[in-house]
Amino acid sequence: MQVQNEIRLQFPSLSANEGFARMAVAAFAAPLDPTLDELADLKTAVSEAVTNCIVHAYRDTVGTVYIHARILEGGRIVLKIRDRGVGIPDVAQAMEPMFTTDPGGERAGLGFAVMASFMDRLRVKSSVGTGTTVTMEKTIHSRRKIHG
Amino acid sequence: MALTIQANEEVMTAYLSGEIDHHIAGGLRETIDRRAEELRPARLILDFGDVTFMDSSGIGLVMGRYKLMQSLGGELEVTRMTRSIRRVMQLAGLERLVRLEEGGRR
Repeated sequence: MQVQNEIRLQFPSLSANEGFARMAVAAFAAPLDPTLDELADLKTAVSEAVTNCIVHAYRDTVGTVYIHARILEGGRIVLKIRDRGVGIPDVAQAMEPMFTTDPGGERAGLGFAVMASFMDRLRVKSSVGTGTTVTMEKTIHSRRKIHG
Repeated sequence: MALTIQANEEVMTAYLSGEIDHHIAGGLRETIDRRAEELRPARLILDFGDVTFMDSSGIGLVMGRYKLMQSLGGELEVTRMTRSIRRVMQLAGLERLVRLEEGGRR
């Protein structure tokens, strides 16, 4: 599918950037005229993925978080959120709801469950010592289409 | 993100506002817990009326306060959520744990 627009962001894994990342992706998606629910879905999914990079991938250090966001034909948004952190030894286990390696931090262990639920498609690729790439897709059903 | 706490002998209400994410949740948690441990209210109300965004950090915030109120022998109520915040809460099955009151905007 043809790429209609794309952005690349990179920023240090500081928790203050969680808000920046979701606002930037929301602003990028704005020309598709998403509904309030669709916008909330995108922002929540980005927030979860970026928080995972900060809390897990770069747990004891500050590294770089990379976001590549694309808009394809038909209002399809593809988000790739990548780190060069510690990696996930068992991706299937990490994606189980309520699984967390950080119980003391009051993480609910629902990050991947939120991403899977609020986006149409979620893929996670990871290797220990190299990093993790989360790819998420969602089709925005523009409000303009609803009104004809 | 701002937090206002009002309390009487029975009920402590934490009025949350703005965006709740991992960056913000730790500070909220500390402030709410400190007051709750001082006051030991019979009921803690988390009021989400002015919260404009919440990710799963908000779920951790609610679950942690549920455990705190259990340990203090009180109960927790969560109130005035917008639809998008309610959807995040429901994903975690929080309605089985705490009273999610209606009355949010939208």
